[in-house]
Amino acid sequence: MVVGLHHYLIVSLIVFLLGLYCVLTRRNAIGILMGVELVLNSANINYLAFSRYGTGTYDGQIFAIFVIALAAAEAAIGLAIVLGIYQTFQTIDVEATETLRG
Amino acid sequence: MSLGDLLFYLVAAVTVVSAAGVAFSPNIVYSAFSLMGTFMGVAGLYVFLAADFVAVIQVLIYVGGILVLTLFAVMLTHRIADVRISNRAVGRLPSLAIIAFVGVVMASAAVHANWKMAAPGTPQPTTYAIGNGFLNEYLLPFELASVVLLAALIGAVVVSRKELD
Repeated sequence: MVVGLHHYLIVSLIVFLLGLYCVLTRRNAIGILMGVELVLNSANINYLAFSRYGTGTYDGQIFAIFVIALAAAEAAIGLAIVLGIYQTFQTIDVEATETLRG
Repeated sequence: MSLGDLLFYLVAAVTVVSAAGVAFSPNIVYSAFSLMGTFMGVAGLYVFLAADFVAVIQVLIYVGGILVLTLFAVMLTHRIADVRISNRAVGRLPSLAIIAFVGVVMASAAVHANWKMAAPGTPQPTTYAIGNGFLNEYLLPFELASVVLLAALIGAVVVSRKELD
């Protein structure tokens, strides 16, 4: 069977589900951020697959680059917040950090 | 099965197996290093999808930037060697039920939907078209992205600095 659009959709679906599982089960804040990165990567695979097999234009690739840029911003902010939480609570377990007051 | 298809399955297997390592590893350090395999595998998939520029950007930003940042955050938060503390996972069974349900729905949608398909042409260099798109059609989002990155830079500094009082 020749590799086509559906193969990429299935691969990205599996990566998305693993990222979702990571976000749902992890209690380590950095682990949750890793799950978010997996989800963003699976979305990018879909963008590029539809760009190649669907429209044939470059719009999907441009969107993928925007997603990568925003993922970089998200990682920088998220990890800065995680380090701030660690300085305050001495842990990054999200179940231990329930108070809003610092 | 041609050599290209075989390579696709190899790259897809690397991607999926290391993503599973990220999701299931009991140690946060192993998760972080598995994430590198996932990012490289996804970059390989981008090459198969004739997106050379996006693949290079993926390696530069994800592997060279985000992954290093994640590893620093892992190392800076202590007690990483203690498995019970480092990467606790709760609620496995309900989560598995949720992702099984979501997976079945999305897989049936992906397989049965009537996607608008066109035969893919021969791969072309993409940088020219992407640069033109950024400076013509997508100029406003491009400038907005630069403002967002500046705000994220300043925000990360403000959040992580020590209070001076």
